[in-house]
Amino acid sequence: MISLVTLKLQQLTLRPDGLSGGHGLCAGCAESVVVRQVVFALENPAVVSLATGCLEVATTRFPDTAWRVPVIHSAFENAASTASGIEAAYKALVRKARIEPRKFTIVVFAGDGATYDIGLQWLSGALERGHRFVYICLNNEGYMNTGIQRSGATFAGTWTTTTPAGRAVHGKPQWRKDLTAIVAAHGIPYVAQAAVHNWKDLLAKVRRAEAATGPSFVNVLAPCNRGWRHEPEETMAISRLAVETGFWPLYEVVDGAWRLTGASRKSKPVTDYFKAQGRFRHLLAPGAEKQVDEIQARVDAEWQALIARCAAFKPPPLEGGGLGAGDSKVPPPSNSLLPEAGVSGEGVTDGSE
Amino acid sequence: MTIAKVAAYARNSAHESASRWIPKPRGCKGMATRTRPAPNVVASTPIALNGGEAVAYALRQIEPEIVAAYPITPQTLIIEKFAEYFADGLVRTEFIAVESEHAALSACIGASAAGARAVTATAGPGLALMFEMLGVTSGMRLPVVMHLCTRALSAPLNILGDHSDAMAMRETGWVMMSGASPQEAYDQAIVAHVIAENSAVRLPFANLIDGFAVTHAVERVDVLPDHAVKGFVGEYNPERSLLDLERPVTFGSMDTRDDYFEHKRQQQAALKAAGPVAMHALNRFAEVSGRRYDLVECYRLNDAEIGLVVMGSLDGQVRVAVDAARESGIKAGALRIRLLRPFPAPLVIAALSHLTVVGVLDRAIGFGSAGNPLYAEVAASLYHQPARPGLKSFVYGLGGRPTGHGSLMSAISELESIRTAGRTEPTTTYLGLKQ
Ligand SMILES: Cc1ncc(C[n+]2csc(CCOP(=O)(O)OP(=O)(O)O)c2C)c(N)n1
Ligand code: SF4
Ligand SMILES: [Mg+2]
Repeated sequence: MISLVTLKLQQLTLRPDGLSGGHGLCAGCAESVVVRQVVFALENPAVVSLATGCLEVATTRFPDTAWRVPVIHSAFENAASTASGIEAAYKALVRKARIEPRKFTIVVFAGDGATYDIGLQWLSGALERGHRFVYICLNNEGYMNTGIQRSGATFAGTWTTTTPAGRAVHGKPQWRKDLTAIVAAHGIPYVAQAAVHNWKDLLAKVRRAEAATGPSFVNVLAPCNRGWRHEPEETMAISRLAVETGFWPLYEVVDGAWRLTGASRKSKPVTDYFKAQGRFRHLLAPGAEKQVDEIQARVDAEWQALIARCAAFKPPPLEGGGLGAGDSKVPPPSNSLLPEAGVSGEGVTDGSE
Repeated sequence: MTIAKVAAYARNSAHESASRWIPKPRGCKGMATRTRPAPNVVASTPIALNGGEAVAYALRQIEPEIVAAYPITPQTLIIEKFAEYFADGLVRTEFIAVESEHAALSACIGASAAGARAVTATAGPGLALMFEMLGVTSGMRLPVVMHLCTRALSAPLNILGDHSDAMAMRETGWVMMSGASPQEAYDQAIVAHVIAENSAVRLPFANLIDGFAVTHAVERVDVLPDHAVKGFVGEYNPERSLLDLERPVTFGSMDTRDDYFEHKRQQQAALKAAGPVAMHALNRFAEVSGRRYDLVECYRLNDAEIGLVVMGSLDGQVRVAVDAARESGIKAGALRIRLLRPFPAPLVIAALSHLTVVGVLDRAIGFGSAGNPLYAEVAASLYHQPARPGLKSFVYGLGGRPTGHGSLMSAISELESIRTAGRTEPTTTYLGLKQ
């Protein structure tokens, strides 16, 4: 086991790689980066349940596979149920002494479409039943595999092929749903938001998700340069901007306690984010100011609400009372990879390289 | 870096020549051999069970690793009874009470790919909700077993029995076997795993149990001792498993136009192979249980001139009607289809070719089709025969409508008048329909 405390980028390269090269994801796609980091981060070997989407079609084209770990793709909406079947099968096979006990971690990789929209029921059911798996939502804010359509994760005002920037309607009219909070409301032991550029934060969260004794969920922002309309080499910078502008705060919910993780901060206006991507171009045109102001106001309000939510959970007192570390089903956040955040998130570095 | 090559998991060498079904199909004479000596028969114990409980009883004995299901009438009897076994610690099974039928079959798919024996049960609308996953299960060659308590499809909402669900399932690549009594529901629940997991088949299996008529009918069921059932089904040992961490495998690949066609052709060969495999499994089961079943069940067909074809629990009443017709001098007979998929065409040909007129009883409408479902199967089977009977289509019993003796006698007299008139019309008669 490699301790995360001492984990260095160089050491990561020595970890088993879940994915080989030669897959068909676009250059600059964040999805393969997230997958490899997740598999790097796991202490145990992975068994993967995939939802239909870019990752699946680009990595499992018969007769080839880019996967170096066992993988099953069943359909678009049901990766969580498939994972629950694997978990239950393992338990029963061991109980019946049909196989030797072994250490492995079931990981689901599913897009935002598969998670926020079509698969929400399957996810919710599996979370409620408490199957142990790490669910990674590869969130690129749209149905990219089918040609950049809007999803429940798509931000208000975003251009997609089903929410075009027309003369009457300027991109997606609706606000996105707060899926991370919806998942947290299931009361599962570990829930987090992460982003692809901040590998240290992501790795630490995956480790903690893996250590949880029940289902865990990490919603990872994963820019899609095809759909977001930016250059492939800008993926990490865009991801960082999403955090810096408050579009994508980084936080975790450990046994119900909310806390910002170190790299969360909101220091830039939303227009910085819009300027970097073609999908928001129409919002920079004259006449769109009101729409932009409304978006800024709501981003600000959500940021304040998140800070308040996190502030409500003070760090546990050293002795007795409240949410003591001893009650936690997840190891306490003692990890040096997670720089301690002030509630405002000021003055900390994100771990991106 | 190189891309790892994966072995095709869907290979099989089965072929589909009709001669593999039975050594030589010769009418019904060779088939109805219920008196064969069976030296290894294990004594069964008679108990009173309804069809749902009979299936649950078999599941307790089989002890699959996974039972994943969602409640729907008339299937609830099965999962409630099984939940009791689970709660009493009588099974080592993981019972997953999922949030929908789609999730039930999805969990079975994950479990089966992980090397477990996986079972689900549903009915009508639940099957409709599963539809996407039916093809995924068969396409991935996973021997999941489903107990389908046949029920009408909505709308209008109707919780009662007919075969609309089963008939809609026919093209999804599952082995489908229909029983006519709680005893058969129990016996087929046991044989199902042996057929599905056979290395030449490796396909999912649906045990069709008529909603209410069988699921809720309490009858004497002769149950085998637990050890005999466990011995008969053995353990499921797939070639590849998701839990084999040393030999990672990718299940559920994407196919381009380069391979999809070939995979579907292999799947067809595997499903065709399930016919002979099913016959062999039923014969083996007869040796253990003393209860002999055929893929089609013939009744008084050898010297018959007209015949009725039926699937499921109406068979008993059809036989009563055949007897009554015989008493009035009409040479009637009946054929029950046990194996719906693969459709046992060689056996149907052998059983029916010599008749003058055959009426096919469908408990489903083939909306807008050239023939109602079972009728179309029988017609296609007989088409290439140089001499074949005239065919007549009947629809009965939709949405739980009872089919009485009078309806069946009127069907027989319609067949008899077609026979004497010497010509058939491609029309459907709806038995028991209010005028
Ligand atoms: C039942 C069903 N409906 C629709 C589709 C078509 N479909 C395949 S992938 C996809 C979008 C995937 O979006 P997402 O989950 O966000 O993954 P991404 O491709 O963006 O990574 C859609 C709509 C499907 N395969 N199955
Ligand atoms: S379309 Fe977007 S999500 Fe899909 S492979 Fe390309 S960059 Fe990745
Ligand atoms: Mg997406």
